[in-house]
Amino acid sequence: MKIKGIIVVFFVLLAIWLILNGTADMPVVLIGAGLSLFLSLVLCSKCSVFNEIRISFRALVYTFMYLGVFISELVKSNFDVARRVLSPALPINPGIVKAETRLKSRMGRMILANSITLTPGTFTIDVIGDTFYIHCVHIEGDDTEKYAQSIVRKFEKYLEVLYG
Amino acid sequence: MGYLGILGALITLTGALFILFAAVGLLRMPDIYNRIQAGTKATTLGSMLTLLGIGLIHPAWLLKIALLIIFVFVSNPVSSHVLGRAAHHIRVPLSSRTVKDQLAESESSSTNEQEVSE
Repeated sequence: MKIKGIIVVFFVLLAIWLILNGTADMPVVLIGAGLSLFLSLVLCSKCSVFNEIRISFRALVYTFMYLGVFISELVKSNFDVARRVLSPALPINPGIVKAETRLKSRMGRMILANSITLTPGTFTIDVIGDTFYIHCVHIEGDDTEKYAQSIVRKFEKYLEVLYG
Repeated sequence: MGYLGILGALITLTGALFILFAAVGLLRMPDIYNRIQAGTKATTLGSMLTLLGIGLIHPAWLLKIALLIIFVFVSNPVSSHVLGRAAHHIRVPLSSRTVKDQLAESESSSTNEQEVSE
């Protein structure tokens, strides 16, 4: 069943085409629809990643909750890194920690890893099996296991609902 | 330029400020991993705010700006992840202030430990 992936990619491509063109004229829309259909069929006939997206009302609500958490984390950690960089003593405590993830789908893992990377102060260096290796500018507290888990859990509880 | 333009200019300025902090961080951080942290991440909030400010000055561009922000969001983490991973693979040394490197630990101890999380 790759129909869902094809439909998702078709609408994403069509939306990008319409935004870039900035018009809703019939010929433009038709050319865009034809191209999107062709590309989504070619690209998704062998790729199943997009099938893992769940489309439901609950998923929509969780998408917005996830975006809210993500943006607040983004702002908080940006200020945190700015403070560390500007302070004369350079108060950093860097290290690479590992954290297990509960997510099974590839899409969910990709978004989790990218969310961790986009939040300043932490970035994903490697993923081996279920384990994320995360570089942190400042490891807080003595319990590194707990700190590493807290980085992953922040986003994981929302992505679990979205992608499983 | 109305109120929206002034607001847009202020937001753009804030974004530029974050990019400046990142540049300072790039100079001050001790090793490549911390530099990746300080440097590439400025594109998240810094360029997001800069683009958003431009979008407010020219409201007609807002949709295209949103598209640009999404492209930055998708490409930025991938590039910094690849840089960091490559650096660790060729064993670029971590700074002396590093307290822990569990990736190197688990690479050397050939995955014998079965850890139970939670």
